[in-house]
Amino acid sequence: MLPFEEPTEGRRLEGWRFAARSVRVTLLERIDTHSLPEPFAGWFSARGWTPRVHQLELLAKARAGRSVLLIAPTGAGKTLAGFLPTLVELSEAYLSPLAPLSSPPPLRGRSTAVAEGEGGRVGGEPLPPVPVAYPPPPPSPARGEGAHRASRHKGGLHTLYISPLKALAVDIARNLERPVAEMRLPIRLETRTGDTPVSKRQRQRRDPPDILLTTPEQLALLLASADAPYLFGSLQRVILDELHSLVTSKRGDLLSLGLARLFRIAPQLTAVGLSATVAEPDDLCRFLVPQRPGLEARADLVITDGGAAPQLTMLDTAEHLPWSGHSARHALAEMYALIKRHKTVLVFVNTRSQAEFLFQEFWRINDDNLTIALHHGSLDVAQRRRVEEAMAAGRLRAVVCTSSLDLGVDWGDVDLVINVGAPKGASRILQRIGRANHRMDEPSRGVLVPANRFEVLECTAALDAVAENAQDTPPLRTGALDVLAQHVLGCAVGEPFFADALYDEVRAAAPYVELTRADFGAMVDFVATGGYALKAYERFAKIRQGQDGRWRISHPRIAQRYRMNVGTIVEADMLKVRLVRSRGTTGVVPRGGRLLGEVEEYFIEAMVPGDTFVFAGEILKYEALVEDEVYVSRSTATDPKVPAYEGGKFPLSTYLADRVRNLLAHPQEWRGLPAQVRQWLEIQHRRSLLPGRHDLLVETFPRAAKHYLVCYPFEGRLAHVTLGMLLTRRLERARMRPLGFVANEYALAVWGLGDMGVRIARGELSLAALFGEDMLGDDLEAWLAESAMMKRTFRTCAIIAGLIERRFPGEEKSRRQLTISTDLVYDVLRKHQPDHVLLRAARQDAATGLLDIRRLGEMLSRVKGRIVHKALDRVSPLAVPVMLEIGRETVYGEAADTLLAEAADELVKEAMG
Amino acid sequence: MTVDLPPPGGGEDRARGGAEITIASVTLLADPDGTLYWPEQDLLAVADLHLEKGSSFARRGVLLPPYDTAATLTRLAQSIARFQPKTVVTLGDNFHDGEGAWRMADGDRAMLKSSQRGRDWIWITGNHDPEPADGIGGQFAASVAVGPLTFRHEPSRGAADGEIAGHLHPLARVAQRGRAVSRRCFAADGRRMVMPAFGSYTGGLNIRDRAFAGLFERSTFIAHMLGERRLYAIAAGRCLAD
Repeated sequence: MLPFEEPTEGRRLEGWRFAARSVRVTLLERIDTHSLPEPFAGWFSARGWTPRVHQLELLAKARAGRSVLLIAPTGAGKTLAGFLPTLVELSEAYLSPLAPLSSPPPLRGRSTAVAEGEGGRVGGEPLPPVPVAYPPPPPSPARGEGAHRASRHKGGLHTLYISPLKALAVDIARNLERPVAEMRLPIRLETRTGDTPVSKRQRQRRDPPDILLTTPEQLALLLASADAPYLFGSLQRVILDELHSLVTSKRGDLLSLGLARLFRIAPQLTAVGLSATVAEPDDLCRFLVPQRPGLEARADLVITDGGAAPQLTMLDTAEHLPWSGHSARHALAEMYALIKRHKTVLVFVNTRSQAEFLFQEFWRINDDNLTIALHHGSLDVAQRRRVEEAMAAGRLRAVVCTSSLDLGVDWGDVDLVINVGAPKGASRILQRIGRANHRMDEPSRGVLVPANRFEVLECTAALDAVAENAQDTPPLRTGALDVLAQHVLGCAVGEPFFADALYDEVRAAAPYVELTRADFGAMVDFVATGGYALKAYERFAKIRQGQDGRWRISHPRIAQRYRMNVGTIVEADMLKVRLVRSRGTTGVVPRGGRLLGEVEEYFIEAMVPGDTFVFAGEILKYEALVEDEVYVSRSTATDPKVPAYEGGKFPLSTYLADRVRNLLAHPQEWRGLPAQVRQWLEIQHRRSLLPGRHDLLVETFPRAAKHYLVCYPFEGRLAHVTLGMLLTRRLERARMRPLGFVANEYALAVWGLGDMGVRIARGELSLAALFGEDMLGDDLEAWLAESAMMKRTFRTCAIIAGLIERRFPGEEKSRRQLTISTDLVYDVLRKHQPDHVLLRAARQDAATGLLDIRRLGEMLSRVKGRIVHKALDRVSPLAVPVMLEIGRETVYGEAADTLLAEAADELVKEAMG
Repeated sequence: MTVDLPPPGGGEDRARGGAEITIASVTLLADPDGTLYWPEQDLLAVADLHLEKGSSFARRGVLLPPYDTAATLTRLAQSIARFQPKTVVTLGDNFHDGEGAWRMADGDRAMLKSSQRGRDWIWITGNHDPEPADGIGGQFAASVAVGPLTFRHEPSRGAADGEIAGHLHPLARVAQRGRAVSRRCFAADGRRMVMPAFGSYTGGLNIRDRAFAGLFERSTFIAHMLGERRLYAIAAGRCLAD
């Protein structure tokens, strides 16, 4: 939806200073409708609407031919702001062919600007407005019904809109059609997604619309074709929606490379980025424009302030706060009461399993029969769309959802967001709360519901951060090498390329500005023959350098395969879940059945037929795995084996972690905490220690014939698991006989047979050495050789880079014979060419991804000389939450031999008993 | 998230735990690396090497690392160095395709030669490589009978006392404490055995797959699963389907 202002008395802006590089505008400022050209002014005033300052600001930027980043809160009419210049330009080109867009901008406005920074569109020089020569309109200006199509200009594709979500692109198109139709603008706009029929796609290439709305993957596909120069040569503008979300992933890398290519094909192009508030807007400004080595180019920046500050609170529960766990079961009734008191509530949780659990529990107590729905990424698409539609139609009172609803179209009637569990980051929680915001001058309301005591601390830190409007979005990524490999092949599929020219083009993409020529060369080599030291595959090359020095694909089949494998989203292998009748006594599982959604293969692999789990809002029994389909039946079980808590995808942000440590270290700031949490910390203070903000507290204590070491780095579960893996290797060498460890978001507990406390106290075991940064050397290397997480990381890189191919519908039947396990490839490659570029790519990912090595490294460096040991005779209050998680869930793929030994021993016992 | 570490103790010096498996009254030593040693005959058997599988994929545009042959032959050489057998029998699918032997790199060929030196080497042909290949030494045979045992590629249907075969790439899956673990295995019931695939790029087929149906006596069917340093014997009835 494109919200416009409510009717108000406007005021005309004089002396608009659009040349300012960075502009901060206030959202509630009203402007006279006449600042807009016709027919837009008429259309606005006919509806009693006035444009918003940032909408005019973007129009002015467009007049000046500048790229721009617009940062505005949800519901501020961001999308219309992005499209308004295009609509105006297209209508002007049509209505007055003799006054092209190079005429002086009609807008003159007062400035509310704060200018800062240098840098312009390219190399710091602002470019003059771009003349756009459209052909004259047809003899009789057709303004009657249905005449638009025939009379529209023939200028080719004018604007490309790219959204992270297919559904969003489709919705935006639908919403744009209204003003276009009502103003009778001769503009054709179309979407192009994976669902677009082939015939329409072909027609779009031949006869492109004025505006095309699509996704990053579709852009890559369009660029990888010989007619890309024809299709994009006329392009004036590219609009990147939800840019803050796109740039944090490999999709952003792929998009940046596509953008660099667009700028080469269409030098007149300007980019418009639409984003939520981020910590470093300059990063996004760089992303939007071509970079040159040594010259940092930045798009202009328009920031919209204002709107009411969000009203965020923490649920003040009357119930007992759990020590651990993530279910928030204790607050169920209180949350239900909140749903009852509001019109429509979004209940965000961090994982699919939490969503399933809460949804079940709500219905268990749903005496009022409130319409409560479920939404997460693994549910069948059709089912998700139904929920979204019911939501848009105002038929739902609540939706329990995961990050699957972080982005997307705004729904008018959401008046409360409940966030269950850890907020993870300040910006993240702000964006979520923003989902309950349909009127800019009313505050969006959010309630944080911590699921355990540590989460109370995290929620408190998040509340403080939000009150200060502090942002903690991550810095711009360094472009991934596997994505580059995919792009290089895509370029060759499009047209033959010179390596040097492509290198220069690629470095124009902000994430790749630091790419070395050697790495680029290695990637071209990889695409061609695999990049192996052993030159075995010259004759099987996918791309070859011709006599003219250009690289081209060696066979049309290569292009076809590229198109099948494009994109950077690699989910774990997914299996379809079908509902069937129970096999009962016949032992035969009926086939067919309704499709419920998809689950990860590794999740099912860990299950035994007969196990029960919650999925799609039901308790299901696992019956059988047949090829790529999981057959399940309805179960009567009341206590299902819930999917293992996978943790969120996002670790606690460094920023929030620091705030939590600070809170913990300063008892004077505990006043706002619930009494039971305060009491917990006070006992910790008496019995053990409160870790200082920059310290690492290490506690040791005996318990049930084992010795425990617990530390509190607050660096997130992934980094803690890596730390646990490395620490236990060192403890093994120190003959402490470690037996296992458990990690959560805040702490790590290791146990073993040796008395670590005594050895530390005697000075025989040095904590400084144990937590030394050198653990990221040989110990890390040794562990990476066998780490299941590392193998998963490698698999993703291998698929994105095109080393192995994705699975496709219909091919699963033979996959067990045909596909090759990337684990085996990893083992062999690691042993025989450890410096291979794909292993380097995987290591780059491991630094921030599943292993979070970079975060661990920063922590080890931070706590150097600041490790505080406390030997205790029993478990400390702070250690209880992590201790309670022991055995609750185990790591997939690690220490499998232990299990085998147990299974074999049981057999022996059985035989001997 | 909880992680249980492997059983404590040992180190590099920890003894490898081969397992004795009896087939047709012959005592064989199954090694955790997937090879099978027959002390009485001083014979080492290995199944499904699938050499040059990487380059076989490369021919179709999937440029897998070309090191699988070297990796497989290196492990085989280590096993040969350990047992110093008089005879080596490979149970077919020695190469992933008919042209594999021809594609083999010189270094790999040299390594193979050196492993063959001073011993008898019998290549049993498989469905991937039905024709004898040139330049790889050894003798070729469709099957080999030694005493009460018969070595062949594909397990024969029906009763087959003393048969040692490959072809099926057996893999077993077992659940413990709510988690499932899959490993390659020696599948045996005292009368016959199907050996695990040895090649570095070879996958596995679950012993509960119907391809195994009818091959083994249900009550004595045991999966000897390959662990890091030892074998784990699990009754096939306890193993899970995929």
